[in-house]
Amino acid sequence: MWKEREEPDQHTLRRFEEVIVPHMDAAYNLARWLTRNDHDAEDLVQESYLRAFKFFGNFHGANARGWLLTIVRNTCYTWFRENRAEELTTSFNEDIHSTEADPFDPQKLLVQRESSQLLRQALEELPLEFREVLVLRELEGLSYKDIAVIADIPPGTVMSRLARARIRLKQCLSKLIGKEGYRDLH
Amino acid sequence: MTCTDIQAALPGYLDGELDPLRNREIEQHLQDCMACAQTYRADQTLQTAIRSGAQYYPAPAALRKRIRSSIRPERTDVSVFPALPWRWVSLAASVAVVIIVVWNVVPRPSGLDAEQLMAQEVVSSHVRSLMASHLVDVSSSDRHVVKPWFTGKLDFSPSVVDLTDQGFPLIGGRLDYLDKRPVAAVVYKRREHIINLFIRPAAHDSPVEREPITPQGYHLLSWTQSGMTYWAISDLNTKELQEFVRQVQAST
Repeated sequence: MWKEREEPDQHTLRRFEEVIVPHMDAAYNLARWLTRNDHDAEDLVQESYLRAFKFFGNFHGANARGWLLTIVRNTCYTWFRENRAEELTTSFNEDIHSTEADPFDPQKLLVQRESSQLLRQALEELPLEFREVLVLRELEGLSYKDIAVIADIPPGTVMSRLARARIRLKQCLSKLIGKEGYRDLH
Repeated sequence: MTCTDIQAALPGYLDGELDPLRNREIEQHLQDCMACAQTYRADQTLQTAIRSGAQYYPAPAALRKRIRSSIRPERTDVSVFPALPWRWVSLAASVAVVIIVVWNVVPRPSGLDAEQLMAQEVVSSHVRSLMASHLVDVSSSDRHVVKPWFTGKLDFSPSVVDLTDQGFPLIGGRLDYLDKRPVAAVVYKRREHIINLFIRPAAHDSPVEREPITPQGYHLLSWTQSGMTYWAISDLNTKELQEFVRQVQAST
């Protein structure tokens, strides 16, 4: 598909390589957490980069990582709509337990030998909209303002969504650790 | 503010997203209210656990290569030498094409350079210091206690500054290792956010200010000043960490 396009000028190419290409890890990390598998994440990141290159002329800001992640996120959501639409709707059925007090103490996690594995499993079980804000906040260290733009939500919603995401994560962990303990006993 | 208000604002406090006035209100409340303080500590632990334990997926090398070569198409024309018809020029040009193609196809050392490796070590040390309840070897908010403690343990004398009035109280000092060499870790705090300041002699004297980076959700600022290299790392927001760095630079 590139051969049909006119040859990009060297200056644009160089700038793209300097400004956008260095954020490939962030792009892949987000796509990988959203899709939960390597193969789709690779395809989606490649597609995102082609889009980013195509629209690079529109990029004038200073926040290259945020700009790229917005494209990655949109590319992933388009893919979800076409391939896994059910994951986009699950989040609307707010879990009935979500208002329960959460008795889970995260210290429990720190003493687990498989804490990294447990965390992955728990994060992967979260609905897409919770998983994405947690990944953007905790693994990319982005501000609420940046997260609002990338996840396409009002800035005021970021904090409450993160709060709900953390509660859900603790519930998942509690459930998983409970199960693990059960397995250890038998 | 009631506990309900506080609980609603706690995520913003944890993430360093509130204004100073609101921060102070919450800080005050957390000192007085055990229940809210417990909720806060639990979320803080969860945050540390995610940042240190959840997998960060870096882009696979094959994907990098694929993307690089798709944005830099192979050159098929050699029109850069349009007016030179000699055969050897075209031969040279095709050699050039081969070089260009090889340059684009053979992965450039996409591995980590020394600075990135160092950044990774700084993050690991920071996380270890938070997780292993071994934050400090010498616990004191008095720089006249912390600074002499390093004497005899290091072959250099790290600067330890008093930034209490600027809102960064000193917690203490710790001996740590980066790149297999001993470093001074001076620990400061902003609200509940721990800042590790690693110090060791620089390879060269010229002052350098490195680009801020955000490895694994932490903010890392590094600079070289008066023959010492500094790494300041924290989960504090960039703005306040930059203020911290400015204060250290001004007092050093």
